[in-house]
Amino acid sequence: MIRFENVSKVYARGARPALDDVDLEVERGEFVFLVGASGSGKSTFLRLVLREERPTAGRVFVAGKDLSTLSTWKVPHLRRQIGAVFQDFRLLPNKTVFENVAFALQVIGKPKHHILTTVPDTLELVGLGGKEKRRPHELSGGEQQRVAVARAFVNRPPILLADEPTGNLDPTTSVGIMRLLDRINRTGTTVVMATHDDEIVDQMRKRVIELDSGQMVRDQSRGVYGSDR
Amino acid sequence: MRLQFILSELGIGLRRNLSMTVSVILVTFVSLTFVGAAGLLQIQVDQMKDDWYDRVEVSIFLCPDQSEQPTCAAGEASEEQIEAIGEELRGEALEPYVQQVYFESKDDAYEAFQERFADEWWAEGVTADQLQASYRVALVDPEQYQVVSDVFTGRQGVEVVRDQRQVIEPLILVLNRASLVAAGLAAIMLLSAVLLITTTIRLSAMSRRRETGIMRLVGASNLFIQLPFMLEGAIAATIGAALAVAGLWFGVTYLVQDWLAQSVQFVPYIGTDAVWQIAPLLVAVAILLAAISSVVTLSRYTKV
Repeated sequence: MIRFENVSKVYARGARPALDDVDLEVERGEFVFLVGASGSGKSTFLRLVLREERPTAGRVFVAGKDLSTLSTWKVPHLRRQIGAVFQDFRLLPNKTVFENVAFALQVIGKPKHHILTTVPDTLELVGLGGKEKRRPHELSGGEQQRVAVARAFVNRPPILLADEPTGNLDPTTSVGIMRLLDRINRTGTTVVMATHDDEIVDQMRKRVIELDSGQMVRDQSRGVYGSDR
Repeated sequence: MRLQFILSELGIGLRRNLSMTVSVILVTFVSLTFVGAAGLLQIQVDQMKDDWYDRVEVSIFLCPDQSEQPTCAAGEASEEQIEAIGEELRGEALEPYVQQVYFESKDDAYEAFQERFADEWWAEGVTADQLQASYRVALVDPEQYQVVSDVFTGRQGVEVVRDQRQVIEPLILVLNRASLVAAGLAAIMLLSAVLLITTTIRLSAMSRRRETGIMRLVGASNLFIQLPFMLEGAIAATIGAALAVAGLWFGVTYLVQDWLAQSVQFVPYIGTDAVWQIAPLLVAVAILLAAISSVVTLSRYTKV
């Protein structure tokens, strides 16, 4: 589903590479943790998948497409195949829960009847049934993140990227979010999650890819957070 | 769905930056009023040229009784002198230049005079002998005045040769200058309009960065993201153009037709049809302004 072929990314000429010769493949339906210290290249990895950045060297394949040859006007279509969730939720404060999720469908031109059936279903799936009319500031952090997950998943993308989705949440709430991501993964969606949260990684026992200063230092199936434990 | 959504985004954008939107409308209004004024002045000049150049004549005024011109030292122009001038005007040498010749005798001049100033009290005391006879010459090409002037100036019995165009020319020159000034001001105002629209679109794009960021993330197309901003600029500019057309219409109706046409009557004035003639141009300029500004701004602020 996602394949990196000897990918390097250097932001400024002469600077230390953010990613250094990373070579890996994520299969369809996998759940992958991306771990490593701040600045180890996790975010760059996700940005390359979203084609917000282009690699300095090597090639990135996402959903069967070679991103180095993908023309700019086709990028929106690539992004419709990828849902993304962030640490800071990125909700629109002046829209209700329903509108926030519907927004993702409206801007890609989905018809109204489709939106009216899909959005409530998705809100039900993330456990926010009955809170459609609330605004983000009326919700707890965990609930806000559920809205963000609903927005990322409402178009049923084959890939879901999560950049520290539990970074702003307390441990109990985090577990809830992880259960949600796990449930989404079980529907066949490939999930790649960058995280610092060792407890979660240790609990989930999924594939772990560790980056250190841009280099992939570990790729372990059913792994834990720290390699020395 | 798409259209409805774009329209609602557009409404939000216009309301959120209301003061900027209003300033864009006003700046385009003022700049396009200048553009339109320059255009109308040109139309006016063309119309005056069309109207007058067909009618202008070269007048050869013959010596009256007491003239101080040296060519009139012998007193009033004699019958022979008048005949000779008439023959020369109709002769072969001047044929390529002269279209028509008409002799206005003192009595004809008196009649025309009385007719023209019928309402004036002082016209009563004027007699035919106080006026002078003249040849009125219509030229094939009004620009060729010099030829006729050269032939008859300084001849005995001719007091002065006068081209009516010389009376009109200064007026046309003034109008031409005025239209240049208007065009210059228009250029400056258009530049500031572009800058202002650019700033407005930029502000609008910045204040909706969150939205556009999410749009990009979930895969909205570029056009879909940028269209509301483009329409924002285009709508504001078009409203400005509409105001400019309305302003020019009122200007022509009340200033030119109701006021100037009453007080200065010999000029063939433009009507409101001239305003409608330039209205599409103004709207086109407005849309062009907005398009230029959008392209300049959006490529930088809402990149994929």
